[in-house]
Amino acid sequence: MELQLTLNGRPVRASIEPDTLLIDFVRAHGCPSVKRGCETSNCGLCTVLLDGKPVLSCSVLAARAAGHSVQTLEGLQAEAEEFVGFIADQGAEQCGFCNPGYVMNTIALLRENPDPSDDEIRAYLAGNLCRCSGYEGQLRGIRAFLNAKKAKEASTNG
Amino acid sequence: MLTFKQYVRAQSLDEACDLCQKRSNLVLGGMLWLKMEDRAVNTVIDLSDLGLGTIEPVEGGWRIGAMATLRDLELHPGLAALTGGAMAESVRHIVGVQFRNLATVGGSLYGRFGFSDVLTLFLALGAVVHLHKGGDVPLEEYVTRPYERDILTHVFLPDQPGRTAYLAQRNISTDFPVLTCAVALRPEGVRCAIGARPMKASLLTDEAGLLSGGVTPESAAAFAEFAAGRMTFGSNLRASAEYRREICKVLVRRALLACKEDV
Repeated sequence: MELQLTLNGRPVRASIEPDTLLIDFVRAHGCPSVKRGCETSNCGLCTVLLDGKPVLSCSVLAARAAGHSVQTLEGLQAEAEEFVGFIADQGAEQCGFCNPGYVMNTIALLRENPDPSDDEIRAYLAGNLCRCSGYEGQLRGIRAFLNAKKAKEASTNG
Repeated sequence: MLTFKQYVRAQSLDEACDLCQKRSNLVLGGMLWLKMEDRAVNTVIDLSDLGLGTIEPVEGGWRIGAMATLRDLELHPGLAALTGGAMAESVRHIVGVQFRNLATVGGSLYGRFGFSDVLTLFLALGAVVHLHKGGDVPLEEYVTRPYERDILTHVFLPDQPGRTAYLAQRNISTDFPVLTCAVALRPEGVRCAIGARPMKASLLTDEAGLLSGGVTPESAAAFAEFAAGRMTFGSNLRASAEYRREICKVLVRRALLACKEDV
């Protein structure tokens, strides 16, 4: 079947099998940041934004994304760069395998809630599993980013 | 792994219903559970184009489309007001935001899953499901029916006075629940649903009149004992039947008292 969608701002047209999953489609179209993890809809590694909402691309049919916008980390480098350095400073990226999904969901969190509390961060990122960090380093990294952003805004306004 | 030969985006409910009469065809909800099945089908039927994703106020309550997501339930201010926050509480532990952006209300209720938080709360709230061919069916009846070849189009939640509380026990966050409990305290009595026993949720009312004098710590404990005695529990990897029965007493008592505290 024919599929047309927007991938990282670019219109893409391709012929696919009806049961192609979105993860396989985006990886075949230049987006290897989208990782295959549990494949049981649990780990968050395969997170992409579908019309701006974070979803598990291992559980979405590519056909269902027809006519919609799909974004992966490849298309959101500038937005990610704002905060990933803070996470790296905490040593929280470790093996790095979960990072793309984790960064994608953090982008979704910060778009939806630009000033989240620690509990809101934990709740939003609960669907992103990490077997290295224990999550505290990631939380500290996001908190450090938010604090730095507030300090910068305060100095600009002051 | 779910495999299929053909994908159809139905353009009408009649088309979807006609297609799903074939045993080799399958209606998609969020597809999260279906994709876990080792199953080969001919055609999958997608309801995404049928406008079933809305949550809207109607006379006497709320109409929730079958394709509304669990995340929609979680964030909806009208449903938060209707349930005193129990709606968000019932879904916020289900895997993660990305999962809840996909999982649908229709899929959760049609599946009548033994682990379902949504089924538990909607039973206590007196939900009525609407089937394209079969019309309105109270959820407490629907939950006992065999899987039919019909399209669940939406769910009606009545706006009734009273309080609602939702509690669940999990061994670890984001896992399937060990037990789920929803209590709706209404002027005409209590509706108490217990799920993840690990069987599909079922409903209990105060037929013995244990709460007729009001909810007190003593009457709540008595009703909780009654509930634990009436329900059937089973064992699986997450917990034994005996453990679930003990947890049932605690959750029912706490949920009743939470309803009372809210008044």
